[in-house]
Amino acid sequence: MKFYRNLSISQKQVVWAWGFLALPVLFYVVIRFYPTADAIVLSFQKWNMLGIRQWAGFDNYIKLYNDPVFWKVFRNTFVYLILGTPASLVISFAIAYHLDKVRFLHSTLRALYFLPFLTSTVAMAWVWRWFYQPVPIGLFNNFIASLGFQQIAFLNSTTNALPSILLPAIWAGLGFQIIIFMAGLRAIPTSFYEAARIDGVSNWTILREITLPLLKPTIVFLVVFSSISFLRIFDQVFNMTTNNPGGPLDSTKPLVLMIYQTAFSSFDMGYAAAQTVVLFSILLIVSLLQLYLMRDR
Amino acid sequence: MKAIRTLTLAATTSLAAMLSAGAVSAVEIEYWQYIFDARITAMDKLIANFEAANPGITVKQSTFPYADYRTKVAAAIPAGEGPDVVQLFYGWLNDYVQADLIQPLPESTFPAARIEAEFFPMVQAMKIDGKYMALPTAVRSLALFYNTKLFAEAGVTAPPATLAEMVEIAQKITKKDGAGNITLEGITSGMTAQDHQWFREVLLRQFGAVPYTDDYRTVTYNTPEGVAALEFYTSLEQTLGVTSSTFMDEPQAAFKAGRAGMHIDGSFRIGALKDTRGLEWGVAELPAGPDGTQSNYASYWVNAITTKAQGEKYDAAVKFMDYITSDEAMQIWLDTVGELPAKPSAALTDANIADPVFGPFIKGLGYGHATIFADESGQRQVLVDAVSRIFLQGQSAADSLAQAAAAEQALLDSYYAK
Repeated sequence: MKFYRNLSISQKQVVWAWGFLALPVLFYVVIRFYPTADAIVLSFQKWNMLGIRQWAGFDNYIKLYNDPVFWKVFRNTFVYLILGTPASLVISFAIAYHLDKVRFLHSTLRALYFLPFLTSTVAMAWVWRWFYQPVPIGLFNNFIASLGFQQIAFLNSTTNALPSILLPAIWAGLGFQIIIFMAGLRAIPTSFYEAARIDGVSNWTILREITLPLLKPTIVFLVVFSSISFLRIFDQVFNMTTNNPGGPLDSTKPLVLMIYQTAFSSFDMGYAAAQTVVLFSILLIVSLLQLYLMRDR
Repeated sequence: MKAIRTLTLAATTSLAAMLSAGAVSAVEIEYWQYIFDARITAMDKLIANFEAANPGITVKQSTFPYADYRTKVAAAIPAGEGPDVVQLFYGWLNDYVQADLIQPLPESTFPAARIEAEFFPMVQAMKIDGKYMALPTAVRSLALFYNTKLFAEAGVTAPPATLAEMVEIAQKITKKDGAGNITLEGITSGMTAQDHQWFREVLLRQFGAVPYTDDYRTVTYNTPEGVAALEFYTSLEQTLGVTSSTFMDEPQAAFKAGRAGMHIDGSFRIGALKDTRGLEWGVAELPAGPDGTQSNYASYWVNAITTKAQGEKYDAAVKFMDYITSDEAMQIWLDTVGELPAKPSAALTDANIADPVFGPFIKGLGYGHATIFADESGQRQVLVDAVSRIFLQGQSAADSLAQAAAAEQALLDSYYAK
């Protein structure tokens, strides 16, 4: 107590600040940092959830490197990212850009676009799964068949399944991205547009020279945000392919689903931890890249 | 002062006496299983009967969601907490034994010779190094469900006895639209459901192949006979067109909706079908193979005594195990849960065999095989992928089966490598 009384005001402020921070710090250490560190340790061990953990050196990583499924899954994960991120950004920007100019029923339209984002992913994935079924129950195929065309194997195909699963994932994320884009558009001072109009510049030039450059922070944020969400895609894939998770023939399996299966159906915890460390590294690189890109602001 | 001291002494003495008396007369043991309503009810009945017959022993049942079950058991027992008697899937036995979570059943109460004489032969999978580690109360097998309404419409009077008859009936029932899309399946199919069990333990054997060596550590189905079995299975969809593995999302959904004539599934499906309005169905034994071979796949959950149970708790646990593997317990389990008795003496009673629903499943137990899995979902995936390669990538059955055998062997090798 005497020690505290002898502190200066600013030192006391530090003590209080840490006093209040202690709870979240403790929370993060126990709930986040400790399990993370433990997972990294586990990735060098062999453990089936029962019994003791045994040291395995780099065995898990060597197994991972030699596992053809891992490379396929790695590729799938990046296909989700490379198709999903640009597609969702372009679509949401186009919608936000035009929605920004609409006065009639503006709030209603915005709410409608936001609605899928509020829906539970699991429920949505199951509804889309039903849409994609072959005749006689699938909505899309019933329609296609009624027009007299050959039905399309949406999910039971090594080429169609991944885009079929990606589509609802993009659709569900649109609402959020549209709202962020619209906030970004609103934040651009109208004086720039007025000046451009006085100069008689075309709409295309305004978009390219004013709107897009000034939206850069918004775009960077959304790129990183949606990249991370596509790299972590799981719910949509798992729920739309529960009978054959990540199938057919692993053509839709993302890394997170592989981790889940390795851990909780094969009970190979060490191997799953090694995969988690790889995913962690990828996400870390993406986040660091974000910091680097945001730096010049 | 002295009065108080005397009083304290008296109180302490009587308390100690009471405690020791309590310890002698009442032993409480704990029983763990995962949450499945009918099984909890059945176990409550068994516990009530057991406690009535064994005053002084109480059994406390704890249940957990399936997803947490394994972790909870693994964490509790080494810490000296948790169950004295535990329920586990037969396929997990190796893991539990190696982790030192369960102890062998005592030879005095459960002599190996008696178990082998009394239980169905597939229970022998529970013997490790000559000692029985666990025993089931109930077992499950496969049978053919058929839609009686669709059978009548197609003019079929009896369920198929052989694979050839099965194909013939399926062809009569199947309906297609103008574009050739199936709208009513003759028979359901899907390696993702129970077909992988049917293929592994039934079709392969019926076509003359042997799926594995006796210890289930070596794959032996990559033979011309094995290829013939796979060709038969894929021909149902590819050439005969009486089924489609993607039809209505899941085979059981198609059958439940009345859109499929026949469906191969386990006895655990009975409950779900019983409550389906408007569905009229019957059960038959799995069709016999071309040379008349009958086979079946059986699986079961077992009970075992954990390493935590010592001293009087161990004795109580042995008594409890003895009761829950008795004929009486098995009949209660059948009536409450719908799972089949694990002993012929309890299963093959006249009433059970004559039962139109349970009968065919029970007959299947007599020639059933229990696959010893290293990783059931991994091994299932191997067969799922084998069929996908044929359907989606046009691979030949021979190449696909060879690839599947190699993949499954790699899985087994990595599991048993110590």
